[in-house]
Amino acid sequence: MKYVVLIYSNPRTWEEMPAAERDRALGVHHTSLKELRESGELIRVDGLASAAAAKTIRTRGGVPVVTDGPFGEAKEFLAGVWAIDVESLDRALEIAAPVAEYDTVEVRELMDLSGLEM
Amino acid sequence: MTSDATIVATVEDLLRELAPQVLGALTRRFGSFETAEDATQEALIAAASQWPDQGIPDNPRGWLITVGSRRLTDQLRSDLARVRRETAAAALLPPVELVTPGPEDDPATDEDDTLKLLFLCCHPSLSAPSQVALTLRAVGGLTTAQIASAFLAPESTMAQRISRAKQTIRTAGARFSLPPEDERAERLRVVLQVLYLIFNEGYAASSGPDLQRADLTAEAIRLARDLRRLLPDDGEVAGLLALMLLTDARRSARTTADGSLVPLADQDRSRWDRSSIREGVDLITATLAQAPVGPYQLQAAIAAIHDEAQTAADTDWRQILVLYELLEELASNPIVTLNHAVAVAMVKGPRAGLEMLSTLDADDRLAGHHRLEAVRAHLLEMAGDVAGARDRYRIAARRTSSIPEQRYLEARAARLTEAS
Repeated sequence: MKYVVLIYSNPRTWEEMPAAERDRALGVHHTSLKELRESGELIRVDGLASAAAAKTIRTRGGVPVVTDGPFGEAKEFLAGVWAIDVESLDRALEIAAPVAEYDTVEVRELMDLSGLEM
Repeated sequence: MTSDATIVATVEDLLRELAPQVLGALTRRFGSFETAEDATQEALIAAASQWPDQGIPDNPRGWLITVGSRRLTDQLRSDLARVRRETAAAALLPPVELVTPGPEDDPATDEDDTLKLLFLCCHPSLSAPSQVALTLRAVGGLTTAQIASAFLAPESTMAQRISRAKQTIRTAGARFSLPPEDERAERLRVVLQVLYLIFNEGYAASSGPDLQRADLTAEAIRLARDLRRLLPDDGEVAGLLALMLLTDARRSARTTADGSLVPLADQDRSRWDRSSIREGVDLITATLAQAPVGPYQLQAAIAAIHDEAQTAADTDWRQILVLYELLEELASNPIVTLNHAVAVAMVKGPRAGLEMLSTLDADDRLAGHHRLEAVRAHLLEMAGDVAGARDRYRIAARRTSSIPEQRYLEARAARLTEAS
């Protein structure tokens, strides 16, 4: 089963963190990714550039309108996306737990083109 | 097909057939399944690139074993050099000339090898995705690239998964030998489960971009045939093969050209594969008469009744109901109960079926599952509860992770909205 692990982060949390703690917390991410790579469960991993540089686009009546900044008023922004292929939802949550220490992590199943008649 | 393509296909078939034999021979000679498996894969890849141009060697099996042995010998030599052993030790390694096929490589050993490999690749210490990947490579003779493409995963992910699986097997202390008698039945159950999983991965694939996944059904059937040759008296092995044949017979009717799902009742039965049905029916009929009955045999018997009905209305639901009752006694699980409820509805009416479904609401394994809601929706529709059915179709559509299922469920809901 394929899932994406969406890591939502508040930049201020990380900015205000003591350097040693930040290193430790980032180390947890690296260890998790290393394990996933070695177990053959990682499909891909992406980190997102600062949300401050995001553009939001809405096309209404055929006219695209571009505004600066991310969509919505949230304090937490999408900061990383991990695509994983695992045996079960439980396993996906087990993978997400260690990186959810300072961030909010959403686990979403990917849709698939296969299906069974009902 | 051009003649070049024919040669490539012939070579591929031959390599797939020889793969477990070569791996078995190399594992016995060199003692390590892990390294022998890599060497076999390399030999297969070398053959796949050379044979179509240069022709198939007179003794293809010997060729592969020799190339594989050479890789293993090279590797052992470099390992030895790495740990700075004396050159004298390297001289003790068997020269390649001595490892061409010997008298011990008779067909009986090959058969044993395939069976041992299946048990090893379906070792209980592995997760299901790892069992599947390793079985396809070591026993099925597929390349890592082919497996990765069938499971829509990057090749590096699949390579890592296979290599980790082999490490796990080694750590678990698994051996290249048949499991002890007292574990045999349970281990065989896992092997059958893995083959069925491979089959379903392929069967669930729709047309179009997923065609490569559909090849997995053919691969699962091929492996099940091999297993049946090795264990001709096992009723469940025969039952699984019959179930695969009887299910696969409906494959071309189960989706439309655009990949939409067609429910069993609406399928164009003239498109069902009669020769698969005949083979499956003969196999399950003969098996039920001889072997102790088991869950795969019962599921095959149910599939046979569906396949033999001229029209959906001709389906002998009473007999299907009896078979589900037996299946519940033998191997009850929520999915069996779900299908049982459909049979109850067909024989005793939708309300009786819905009543049986309600027992599943308290079951954590299935509560809230899209399939439970989809069946409930169908039975509510049968019962004439249009609003209830529409709601349940929508809930099911939201919960499935399958795009074709979602499209189908939304279409059912929309039809009821228009009708009301």
